Amino acid sequence: MNDILTIILVLIGAPILGCLASGIDRKLTARLQGRVGPPLLQPYYDVRKLLSKDNIVVNPSQNFYVIVYLAFIILSLLMLVFKQDFLMIIFVYTVASVALVVGGMSTGSPYARIGSSREIMAILSYEPVLILYALAIYLLTGTFKLSALLDASSPLLMYTPLIFIAMIVVLNIKLKKSPFDYSTSHHGHQELIKGMTTEYGGPGFATIEIAHFYEYVFLTGLIFLFWASAPVIGVLIGIIAYLLVIVIDNITARVYWQWMLKLSWTILLVISLVNIAFLYVSGVKLI
Amino acid sequence: MSLAKSPWIIHVNCNSCNGCDIEVVACLTPLYDAERFGVINIGTPKQADIMVVTGSVNYKNVNVLKNLYNQIPDPKVVLAVGACASTGGIFHDCYNVVGGVDQVIPVDAYVPGCCPRPEAILDGVVAALSILENKKKGNIKGKEVKLKGNEVPSNA
Ligand code: SF4
Repeated sequence: MNDILTIILVLIGAPILGCLASGIDRKLTARLQGRVGPPLLQPYYDVRKLLSKDNIVVNPSQNFYVIVYLAFIILSLLMLVFKQDFLMIIFVYTVASVALVVGGMSTGSPYARIGSSREIMAILSYEPVLILYALAIYLLTGTFKLSALLDASSPLLMYTPLIFIAMIVVLNIKLKKSPFDYSTSHHGHQELIKGMTTEYGGPGFATIEIAHFYEYVFLTGLIFLFWASAPVIGVLIGIIAYLLVIVIDNITARVYWQWMLKLSWTILLVISLVNIAFLYVSGVKLI
Repeated sequence: MSLAKSPWIIHVNCNSCNGCDIEVVACLTPLYDAERFGVINIGTPKQADIMVVTGSVNYKNVNVLKNLYNQIPDPKVVLAVGACASTGGIFHDCYNVVGGVDQVIPVDAYVPGCCPRPEAILDGVVAALSILENKKKGNIKGKEVKLKGNEVPSNA
C-alpha cells in the first residue's frame, strides 16, 4: 500500500519539480542575459500547448520510441526512489537514451540523424563515468543496492570527491547544456535546428518534454546519492549542482564533440580511476 | 488560452532584402525580449505555431514556402511581415517575383512597413495569437497547398 502511494507521488511530483526546474533555468538564463525572461511556469504552458496540437510524424514508429523513452525514464526514476540495484538503474537509463536516439534516426531526416549520432557520442563519453560511479558505490558498501547507502556511517562524498566532479560534468552532458548541447539545441536559444527532436511536433514533442522533466529529477537524484545519509544536505547538493550547471551553460560556448570525448575519456576517466584506486588501496568501508 | 501563452514562431525568408529579417531578429534581443511572452523562434516547422514570412515570393522558392506551410501542425497562422511579404513591395514588378505571400498560402495577418519596427512585429504576433485561439476553438484547419511547378497564380 505504501509502495503504491510512493509510486503515485513520484509519477505526479517528479514532473512538477522538473517543470519548475526547467522554468528556473529559463528565468535564470534570461536574467544572466539582462532580460526579463518568461514566467516560471512557461515550460508547463509549452507542454500544454504542444499537447493540443496536431501530431505530425514522418513515420508512425516515431511515436513508439518516445513512449519507450518516457517509460524507461520513469522506470529508472522509480528504481532510484525504491533504492534498487544501481548498475541496473544505469542500464535502464541507457535504454531510454538509446530509444530517443533510435527515434531520431528512424525519421531519415539529415538534421535528426546528425543530432542522433552526436547523442551517441555523448552516451559514449558519459557512460564509463557512470559505471565507475557504480563501482565506487560497490567498493564502499559491498553491494550495488542503493538501500545500503542510507545507513552508511558517513556520506559518499567524503571518499569520492573526484567522482563528484566528474558527475557534475556528466550532468552537464546529460542535461544537454553548453558546452555539450550539440545533440539538441537548448530552449530559447533560437537556433536553426533542434537536433534529434527536429522531426517531432505536437504531442510527440510534448512527451519528450515531459520525459525531460522526469530526467531532471532523476539526474539530480544521482547527485543526491553523494549525501544520501542526510537527505536535507543531499537535496541541497543536488540543487547546488543543478544551479552550477545552469551557470556553466551561460558562460560557455558549444564545443566540438571530439573535444567532449577527449575531455571525458582522459580527464574525467582518469580522475574517476584515481578515486577508485584510492578506494581500493585504502579499503575504506562505509558499512 | 494555452496557445496564446507559448507562441513558437518559424521565420521564413522568401527573397527578403534582409531589412525585415534584422527587425525580426531584433525582437529576440534583450531590448524587446520576445521570450517573456513565451515567443521562441524555433527552427523546425514541425514545432511552430506562427509562420513569420518576410520578403516577396519568387518562382524559385514558391515550393519551399508551400512545403514549409504544409509541415506546420494545425492550428497555425501565417504572419506577413513587411511591405514585400504583404504585396510584393518594391520588388512586385520584377520578372521572377510572384507577389505577396498571400498569392501562395493563406495569410492571416499583415505587418506593413519597410521595414516594420520590432514593436510592430510584436504587435502582429499578438494579433496573430487571437486568430490562433479562434482557429483552435472553431477547429479550423489550415488548407493543404499543393506543390506544383513554377505555376503563375491566376491573378498575377
Ligand atoms: S519590406 Fe522593405 S525591408 Fe522588408 S524585405 Fe521588403 S524591401 Fe526589405
